[in-house]
Amino acid sequence: MTQTSTTWEKSQAEPTLASHGSRRRFLIGGVAILAAIGFLIVNGTLSNAQYFITVDELLTRSELAGQTIRISGAVIGDTIRYDSDTLTIRFTMANIPEETDNLALTLHEAVSDPNASRINVVVENEPMPDLLQNEAQAILTGRLSPDGTFYADELLLKCPTRYEEALPSQVEESSAG
Amino acid sequence: MLVELGIITTVLALVLAWYAVLAGLYGAQTRRDRWVLSARNAALLTWPLLTVASLALIISQINGDFQIEYVWSTTERAADLFFKITALWGGQAGSLLFWSWLMSTFAAGALILNWRSERRLMPYVIVFSMATLGFFLILNVLVESPFARFWQTANGEVVTAVFQPVGTFPAIPQDGRGLNPLLRHPGMVIHPPTLYLGYVGMVIPWAFAMAALASGELSTSWIRATRRWTLVAWLFLSLGLILGGRWAYDVLGWGGYWGWDPVENAALLPWLTGTAFLHSVMIQEKKGMLKVWNMALVIISFILVILGTFSTRSGIVSSVHSFAQSPIGPPMFVFLALASVVSIGLWLYRWQRGELASEHHLEGWLSRESLFILNNMVFMAITVAVFWGSYAPIFTELFIGEKITLGPPYFNSVTAPLFGALFILMGLAPLSAWGHTSLSRMGRAMLWPFLAAVGLVAILLIFGMRDVGALLAFGLAGFAGFVTLYEIWRGVKARAQREAWAVAAWKLFGRNRRRYGGYLIHLGVVVIGIGVIGSTIFQQETQRTLAEGQSLTLGRYTMIYDRLERAQATDGRVMTIANVEVYDGSQLVAVLRPRQDFFPNAQDMNTMTIAGSYSTIENDFYVLLVAWEEISQASATFKVYLNPLVNLVWWGGLLLMLGTAVAAWPDQDRQRQRVTRRIEAGEHGSPART
Repeated sequence: MTQTSTTWEKSQAEPTLASHGSRRRFLIGGVAILAAIGFLIVNGTLSNAQYFITVDELLTRSELAGQTIRISGAVIGDTIRYDSDTLTIRFTMANIPEETDNLALTLHEAVSDPNASRINVVVENEPMPDLLQNEAQAILTGRLSPDGTFYADELLLKCPTRYEEALPSQVEESSAG
Repeated sequence: MLVELGIITTVLALVLAWYAVLAGLYGAQTRRDRWVLSARNAALLTWPLLTVASLALIISQINGDFQIEYVWSTTERAADLFFKITALWGGQAGSLLFWSWLMSTFAAGALILNWRSERRLMPYVIVFSMATLGFFLILNVLVESPFARFWQTANGEVVTAVFQPVGTFPAIPQDGRGLNPLLRHPGMVIHPPTLYLGYVGMVIPWAFAMAALASGELSTSWIRATRRWTLVAWLFLSLGLILGGRWAYDVLGWGGYWGWDPVENAALLPWLTGTAFLHSVMIQEKKGMLKVWNMALVIISFILVILGTFSTRSGIVSSVHSFAQSPIGPPMFVFLALASVVSIGLWLYRWQRGELASEHHLEGWLSRESLFILNNMVFMAITVAVFWGSYAPIFTELFIGEKITLGPPYFNSVTAPLFGALFILMGLAPLSAWGHTSLSRMGRAMLWPFLAAVGLVAILLIFGMRDVGALLAFGLAGFAGFVTLYEIWRGVKARAQREAWAVAAWKLFGRNRRRYGGYLIHLGVVVIGIGVIGSTIFQQETQRTLAEGQSLTLGRYTMIYDRLERAQATDGRVMTIANVEVYDGSQLVAVLRPRQDFFPNAQDMNTMTIAGSYSTIENDFYVLLVAWEEISQASATFKVYLNPLVNLVWWGGLLLMLGTAVAAWPDQDRQRQRVTRRIEAGEHGSPART
């Protein structure tokens, strides 16, 4: 308590310019700056927001056609084609019904499910990514064209490892031998 | 044997850490010094224990004890010794142990170095640093033990457990799986530990701040200790960010060094708030203002550090770092929540008691204080913008039921004007005086740097630059840079009347380390800024498939594809290397070997694209080998970038490191320091007043 009272006295004793008027000026200035920052962030958000949806949603929500959106799906390994002359990647990806804790298993089931909705993907002007392989999760940013193909400008890949990595395959060999 | 040693030492460290928390609390509450000393000894003991535990793991890695799951998953027989050792942080469990070891190192450092000078804060410094360590050790022991081993049951099933389950015998794989290929790069070897050092380092300022709040010892002493430890953490955080950028540039094959990836952002966030703190703390030291705010900044930085660790490891955000995922997410979140509640609670308590009240008011609208407050507003604005952009998918899904993501265009458009504002402030603040500066004084002080910046823009215009954004950006960065150089020059000149120039400069920097170290950091940031502006706005790229002997041209460089070759490295990777010649005009300047490495033994992420680049101060000619004709090997496809000024990013980084080292260097003699500082101030005073 004593500490607070001394600070209070000190600030009173100090001859300051912080009169009523100037404090209001600081306040107005501060609010103006905050408003400008707020505008910058809100404006940036509104003009750059992309919906992040599943393959199913993309195929059922027609209002999203032509818009730049982000989708996520499971890569079907056999369908991956790479044209190195034009740097064009093509593959088909399956809908991921619901993300669970075991992403690897979810992806495995999505790829093996013949009834899962699928979509053809084209990514242009990209080097072949190291992670593009069967049962990887692909996150794409791009547009759905009227022919039903998804043209992506950006491709992000996730490779869960837990599923296959849980146990070493050589263990049996070593204990048998 | 080693495994048991590792387990025992980790568990002992865990017990001692929590003992230190309790003994420290009890000692502080009852003012019994014996308990505090006992808590200190326990806290100090965690360091040798965790050192032994880490060594036990490292030796197991070197020996190839593949019964240990962690050793199996991060090393293999063929790996180089170097990578066998650094595998300590090549996976989740080991890096947690490494994290704990660093934490105990920092805690021991703080306890030894600050024991005498900050004696009254120490009991609580022990409590808060050891609680953090104790939490991470809980994860280490109970959730992700690096010493878990493989066991085989009678019916042939393999299980993982720390201790041998009944009825099983050890299962020993013949070879390990090997380190994730992407991590087999020198940059990646140094990048995680430096970032960890930065992250862990931020815990110490927080522990001091919390100690101040808990003990009510809110005078200037906590701020002194906190400032220096923040500077140390900030140094490593900066280094980690720069090395991470370098790694991305060399290995990820983006052609860039920064992608606004959520995990990159997670490391940037505490850097931003830490930078804000390092500025605003000066106002508290000089004027006794902003106490509430500085405390908030330390707490926010700590929360952001834990949040960063949490989001890297829990995989809640999609990122290039998602390989680090694990089940430690939920317990980490609990710790994050607890630490936040305790920190914010204590902070509010002291605030409403009026113990964090300012001793002064803002005087003039144009003063060092008000410019620093503006600087803090801009840093916080960038923090909020980056935070929101990184976690938008989570918030939008929670609140509007729809996942919305914000990509690099969002970050670029929002942060560019804010970084511009920072450059303006970086130019103005060093010229302003504490208290009040008049507009005309300010104008006179900034005349020459301003004219130099205008001159720079004019020169760029003459050389044909027409991009308005780039001209403005270069002009602002140039202004900040010229002000800094001008200030250093004035300082040296004032001394040089009596001394030789070199001696004058040496003494000036030596005796005003904070100020001139700070100026060096500013110069570093300006150089990085110029590099970022150049490589972002003027990057060129092209891609072509070339037959042997064919060429492509980008900028003033011509590249000729010579041939392809195959090679195998000792660690088993198969390298496909393209030999290309780079000509500047007609002169051969470099033979580059961009390559793709294939790791036949790795189960995932089994290829790695390594760029070849020809670097000059002016630009990088950066070549990626994208694809090749498998059978004839006659043609190959390349993606080529021309990244102007990109090397300034690394050089600026070095300058920034140097400046931080100057500013953080321990004072040998505080007393003499203060006297000289007073003399210095008398000599050339506050710049704008002369």
